[in-house]
Amino acid sequence: MKSKRNKLIYNLVTFGLVIAAYLVLSYMVQNKLISRSLRGQLIPICSWIVMAVSLNLVVGISGELCLGHAGFMSIGAFSGILISGYLLNAFQFENAELRLLIAIVFGGIMAGILGVLIGIPVLRLRGDYLAIVTLAFGEIIKNVMNCIYVSVEGRHLNFSFINNEIEGVRLLNGPNGAVAVKTISTFTAGFLLILFTLIVVLNLINSHTGRAIMAIRDNRIAAESMGVPVTRYKMIAFVTSAVLAGMAGALYGLNMATLVPTKFSFNESINVLVFVVLGGIGNTLGSIISATALTILPEKLRFLQSYRMLVYAVVLIVVMLLTNNALVKSFVSNLTARLRKNQYKEGLSA
Amino acid sequence: MSEPIKRRAGTKMVPYPSQSIVPERDLGKQPVLETRHLGIEFGGLKAVDDFNLIIGRTEIAGLIGPNGAGKTTVFNLLTKVYEPTHGTVLINGRDTKGLSITQASHLGIARTFQNIRLFNQMTVEENVRIGLHNQIKYDMFTGILRLPRYWKQERRQHQQALDLLSIFDMQGLADVQAGSLPYGAQRRLEIVRALATNPCLLLLDEPAAGMNPHETEELMENIAKIRDQFQIAILLIEHDMSLVMGVCEGICVLNFGKIIAKGTADEIQNNPVVIEAYLGKRKEN
Repeated sequence: MKSKRNKLIYNLVTFGLVIAAYLVLSYMVQNKLISRSLRGQLIPICSWIVMAVSLNLVVGISGELCLGHAGFMSIGAFSGILISGYLLNAFQFENAELRLLIAIVFGGIMAGILGVLIGIPVLRLRGDYLAIVTLAFGEIIKNVMNCIYVSVEGRHLNFSFINNEIEGVRLLNGPNGAVAVKTISTFTAGFLLILFTLIVVLNLINSHTGRAIMAIRDNRIAAESMGVPVTRYKMIAFVTSAVLAGMAGALYGLNMATLVPTKFSFNESINVLVFVVLGGIGNTLGSIISATALTILPEKLRFLQSYRMLVYAVVLIVVMLLTNNALVKSFVSNLTARLRKNQYKEGLSA
Repeated sequence: MSEPIKRRAGTKMVPYPSQSIVPERDLGKQPVLETRHLGIEFGGLKAVDDFNLIIGRTEIAGLIGPNGAGKTTVFNLLTKVYEPTHGTVLINGRDTKGLSITQASHLGIARTFQNIRLFNQMTVEENVRIGLHNQIKYDMFTGILRLPRYWKQERRQHQQALDLLSIFDMQGLADVQAGSLPYGAQRRLEIVRALATNPCLLLLDEPAAGMNPHETEELMENIAKIRDQFQIAILLIEHDMSLVMGVCEGICVLNFGKIIAKGTADEIQNNPVVIEAYLGKRKEN
């Protein structure tokens, strides 16, 4: 069972790297070995990793294009903020960890419901309709969030589309978004969410559900002829991805004191897609690494001021060229072949 | 495994109502496939017209005809890739009107494709496991949580896949990526994958295409072996006449979407209409 062992090794490396990174980083945070700006980025990095891994499930494993992943993140973020603020204001629910857990689960459920609603009509079609519809969905969510006002009054939640119509403690304030959020996200929570995501995604891929999803990607007609219900499995991939994106959103939202709806624009959706493509479509570990690197990179390039995004783009192009270059590829494969040979020799001498 | 059934040479074909023939042993059992006046039009062009065919429970039947006769279209009609514009298809006596490809597959019809359609990025074993898909009884959450049921079913499935691959001596290739297999092995893998769905009717679309004479002969034996072992009916499209004449019990000849002849191999070989369809009319002097 060579391929099974390779898969196991791949999974172990993925989990191992994430756990090791967490241990090192939390040690560094405790001993103040880490710069302030990087420390502030740890939780956003966690949520972008979850975003990238979940989008990879749709783009890489299911082979559909989703251009509205930020929309699910937005839903997750604002529903997370809402439920957290509601619990705090209406019930004086002070336990931050439990509140964060409830917010993340609730954010995931809300995003999942919207995923189902979008998936029912769209995933029956063949072709790139999912890309078109999710693109529109992301914009619709952004604009709806832009004019929604929610406040909590005693134990009541007041919703309105008009400012100044509602009383009580404001949770969502139209274009100003969520204001005065009690930030309760922690790095540990982000790490646990990444672990949860990895367990769900990797175990899903290596079960019969995942195989059916990949079969549909490779050849839809053949999969149908084998009796695989296509719409159902596309739906499973899409909704799972939406739920995880909603959870990432809740983590992200509860890390910010203020959060405006326009934050989750089309640009962010494309950004997550860049993480996925750069990390290698269908490659979970690649998504994690590229999400981390590409979140830190723009911050590290701040000293370049207005040339920052230019350099970011150039870096992206260079990485793409290098990873597709035959010379570089053969060099890497030679290197791994030599490593393998050494392993073989060690295996012989042992 | 039950008694091997005698090959074509000893099979007596008997008439069946509505101008069809089935092997004598299948008489009195429900035919696995029955089509009545089946036809499809593509914008006025009748690709298949008034197609009547009955296939017995354990029959190996052949569908032959010149290029463009509509053979693959018939397969697409039987597997519901196309919805027929005329007539009906009955699988095990059940009307397939309005069913999807997936639902037709659940009725027990499995096929291979003329232009191979494997899941190229998956391994050989995974391809077979997709065929076993509907025999798996664990849900998504069992898979994610890796409950004992998952391990039990995965192990059983692994064994089942290897057993099926052993029909063509392909167990050793289980971990190879399907897209990187040689052409002949890809064709064989498609047959194994179709068999994995536990069908009662197997449709083979040019199984011997691209195979050398030796491989074709082996395939011929394997087709008969599969029928004996699984007790299923097989309908195959093939241009290689040695294979068709060697293994098929009933043969149906199609030309311009219409059946021009039905019968046993000997009858077909000596049928003047068939010879005309293949070789053209002798010029009158």
